[in-house]
Amino acid sequence: MIEFQDVHKSFGARIVLDGLSLTIPEGQTTVLMGFSGTGKSVALKHIVGLLEPDAGRVLVDGQSVGDLDYGELMRLRTRIGFVFQFAALFDSLTVHDNLALGLRRQGLPPEEIATRVQESLRLVELPDAEQRFPAELSGGMRKRVGIARAIALRPRYILYDEPTTGLDPVTTAAMDDLIVRARHELGATSMVVTHDVRSAFAVADRIAFLHEGRIRQSGTVDEIRETVDPLVRGFIHGRPATGERA
Amino acid sequence: MNRVREFFVLSGRWVIEGRRALADATVWRPLLFAQMRKLGVDSLPVAVFVAVFTGIVLALLSSYMFTRAIPLYFVGTLVTKAVMLELGPVLTGMALAGRVGANVAAELGTMRVTEQVDALETLAISPHAYLVTPRVIAAILMFPVVTAVAMAVGVLSGWFTAVNLLDLSSVEFLRGARQFYNFKDIWFGLVKSASFGGVVATMGCFEGLNARGGAEGVGRATTRAVVLGCQAILVLDAFWALVLL
Repeated sequence: MIEFQDVHKSFGARIVLDGLSLTIPEGQTTVLMGFSGTGKSVALKHIVGLLEPDAGRVLVDGQSVGDLDYGELMRLRTRIGFVFQFAALFDSLTVHDNLALGLRRQGLPPEEIATRVQESLRLVELPDAEQRFPAELSGGMRKRVGIARAIALRPRYILYDEPTTGLDPVTTAAMDDLIVRARHELGATSMVVTHDVRSAFAVADRIAFLHEGRIRQSGTVDEIRETVDPLVRGFIHGRPATGERA
Repeated sequence: MNRVREFFVLSGRWVIEGRRALADATVWRPLLFAQMRKLGVDSLPVAVFVAVFTGIVLALLSSYMFTRAIPLYFVGTLVTKAVMLELGPVLTGMALAGRVGANVAAELGTMRVTEQVDALETLAISPHAYLVTPRVIAAILMFPVVTAVAMAVGVLSGWFTAVNLLDLSSVEFLRGARQFYNFKDIWFGLVKSASFGGVVATMGCFEGLNARGGAEGVGRATTRAVVLGCQAILVLDAFWALVLL
């Protein structure tokens, strides 16, 4: 289970997270939704220790990420797959090596690595992309390879940072389907950060709405769909709520 | 004041990360030879180019200075001494600060702003072990090799110039070269160049990994890496002259 406990984070004078408290239940997909620039990705990066909170704690499996020593943090990261907004594939490596890098780090034998790479690429429907370089792939393919890199690790948690941003509607639907399939096949707890409402409804078990650095509302997909909160309703229907946000 | 504090905090963190990365040889060792080729072997053309013209100019300048005052065979002395002690290591270092420093800073800066460095971290791989250590070690090992080649080429082009453009024979050039030859001239230059390699690669990595703000930030990091690398070479040059001569 992942838990944010009263997390505060600022960059200079700009307050991004202002008392974020949220629990990501085991075995489910939780979507963190909100306007652009409200700190969704910042929250995600706290889980893997890429950012440290100014105050508060982030707990993963009961361990406070900020209190881990170097070795413990590295071990924690091997349990988490992270899918970056723009895939963040290593330009100088082939797709195969992009996927194999983390597996080699875990000390797996070459045969096992080859099998995992092929299986993961099959799952994202890119079985023939192994020897291609990231520059030879389209935006959607790069994102799928990014997901394959995360799931190749067989992680306990998968974190998706804006997985559908910049994709056309058909590719977005395929990506949503992939996120759902990845969870079913791996049984991993997933957290998806997005401002794409349709995508959120397609993949989520639970949705949390982040606004001004804290959770404005959270609940099941149906609860969020039927919300009476004018801000959340406005967001879902693409209409600004009067007086809340221009 | 904040910037100074930030610099020392960052530097301290780099020392800790660097020591940890050095121990993580399973990550950096497989990457070392590729970096040695990229930072060293691929830099040979630019180093040779600089050395050829340095040798030519030194021979012509010394002949101009010595005419009617000092025996002309001293052209051999000046060319070899200047190339081995100072111009070989420093000019090669400067040329490589441009090539290697810019290359490293731009590559790592781009990786930073496109979240590739963050991706490495999420795969439980230290960027210091994967990116910094192989580059710094490769530069420390290869700068002396490139400098040695540049020294040889500089002396040879000085000799060629002296024999073909000045009224000097090969025997006289060699007599001048051997008269004040000291083995220390060679190792002094090579020790200096190893330190130049270390500092140029470190500056490139430091600036690259701390790049912020997209393409403009990468450009800024690259410029800073080259400028700081060149400045550090001059400071180190003076340091080694004080300590070793």
